[in-house]
Amino acid sequence: MPCDGGSIVRPKSFYHAQEKRARHRRLIDRAFRWLGMILTVTTLGVLGVLLLNLAMNGLGRIDWNFLTSFPSRRAGEAGILSAWVGTLLLMVVTASAAIPFGVAAGIYLEEYAPKNRMTDFVEINISNLAGVPSILYGLMALGLFVYQFRFGQSLLAGGLALACLVLPIVIVATRESLRTIPSSIREAAFALGATRWQAVWHHLLPYSTGGISTGVILAMSRAIGESAPLITIGALTFIAFLPPAPLIAHAPFVSGEWLFSPFTALPIQMFNWVSRPGEEFQSNAAAAGLILMVITLSMNAAAILLRKRAQRNITW
Amino acid sequence: MASFPPSPSRRVDKMVEELMVWVLRAGGWASVLVTFGIVVTLVKESWPFFEAVPFGRLLTDTMWTPLFSEPQYGIGALLAGTLVTTIVALLVAIPLGTILAIYLSEFADAKFRDWVKPMLELLSAVPTVVYGYFALLTLTPLLQKIYPDLSQFSMLSAGMIMGIMIVPYVTSLGEDSMRSVPMLLREGAYALGDGKLGVAVRVVFPGAFSGLAAAYVLAISRAVGETMIVAIAAGLQPRMTINPLESAATVTAFIVQVSLGDLPHGSIGYQSIFAAGAVLFLMTLGFNLAGHALRRRFHRAT
Repeated sequence: MPCDGGSIVRPKSFYHAQEKRARHRRLIDRAFRWLGMILTVTTLGVLGVLLLNLAMNGLGRIDWNFLTSFPSRRAGEAGILSAWVGTLLLMVVTASAAIPFGVAAGIYLEEYAPKNRMTDFVEINISNLAGVPSILYGLMALGLFVYQFRFGQSLLAGGLALACLVLPIVIVATRESLRTIPSSIREAAFALGATRWQAVWHHLLPYSTGGISTGVILAMSRAIGESAPLITIGALTFIAFLPPAPLIAHAPFVSGEWLFSPFTALPIQMFNWVSRPGEEFQSNAAAAGLILMVITLSMNAAAILLRKRAQRNITW
Repeated sequence: MASFPPSPSRRVDKMVEELMVWVLRAGGWASVLVTFGIVVTLVKESWPFFEAVPFGRLLTDTMWTPLFSEPQYGIGALLAGTLVTTIVALLVAIPLGTILAIYLSEFADAKFRDWVKPMLELLSAVPTVVYGYFALLTLTPLLQKIYPDLSQFSMLSAGMIMGIMIVPYVTSLGEDSMRSVPMLLREGAYALGDGKLGVAVRVVFPGAFSGLAAAYVLAISRAVGETMIVAIAAGLQPRMTINPLESAATVTAFIVQVSLGDLPHGSIGYQSIFAAGAVLFLMTLGFNLAGHALRRRFHRAT
């Protein structure tokens, strides 16, 4: 029963119209709820179709031989040995450059940097850097690392290019996890006479490892899937050898020679196979793609779980 | 009050502190150095190209063939490819992303949202070369059943897949900004008798608009800079066309195509990819700065 509006007397038709409008609104709301639901499921469905498609075309190709063979002109004999070894070594270079620099930059900006124009500039710079197309990192690496520093078209140049690319991800993750720590923790440490670095090292970093590792995992999963910057620095697609081993039989037992070796990587190998005609090469591409997807999706899933757990365990 | 001389270990602490300030600051400046490295390399390596090519020919030539014996320098042919693929991608990503953002922020319950948002973000974590494969070998044959004259490489299918890839950027940023619109505004509109969708469209959407605009601008920047999807599925032949059913190279695809061949330092091919890179950098820098400014304005407003 609609309210009667005090002393104002309204014709019955007024309330009818109002109820009709309300019904209409409820109908529209319900329709949009369905639309949103359907679109969400469809969009996520693309991911499912993508995985299913790769699995159907590529799963049959994945066997021990595929993992332990070099690329070949004959699609049936080709494998991804040099590609996955290349990806693995690239990640070693990328991680050892991006993690220390990224975490240091995050700590500096969050805990040390004074609020001034300089800091503003660095912040705008980082947010812009996060939006620079990946291929431009490749061009920078080509001009700077390959030719200026004479690293050649090597694992070192490629790994550093990817490190520059993911640096903003590590910085932002570090900052965000430091920001969630209440200032009482810092003040307590200072009150007991800790220097700023001691507060960071003994208290803030241990509390933020969850958040930082989430960022690092996401950064690495991004780097694993990148191909454009590696193509521009001249990663080869047909590499039938492995880089020299990092461990050698004589003193000093470790060798950095592998850093300067030419290389290929999983996404590059897949790109090569996609662009070849012939169904056999395409199923090789699907197999390589499936492996790439499994790696990146499981890294992302691990990051999500880690973030959820880190959030749950914190009770300040 | 008695004062104590600083203990030796305290002196060590102070020295470590001084040292760490410098180490950490160096980390902060490393990011600036990367930007600096990109800008300097692009300017330095593309300089000879822009010096040798008269500026007028960049605009008036209708083809982009810098490596031919009679070269043409119409960079419009590359920009056309980038423009068309970007527009196709945005036609997918902006409506879809916005509807999903409204749905997740205003309609879906919290549990569903917490579950869906990370799943959606997986879409932008898929390696782009995999998307390229999907566009070329799955979507294009599918679209060819609808448009029989769609070429094997087409800007349409590359753009559509690119749109799917950038949906999470729009949704995630858009949803964040819509949720930070104060509840009071919504309650006011409900009190005046508006429905859920009405409130979302007439109150929340305008309230969050600068945040959404930032999301759109960043999505444009992503689409302009995306490389592997277009290099695989849209073709590598520069062509002055705005028909999405045809194939054409984008700025990024051109860089990939030249990089795949033999590329001696200082050759015209080498210079031309840096020239293309410089153009790309300027475009994305513009969008990124605009997006940053919009986001900042939004944070200040709420």
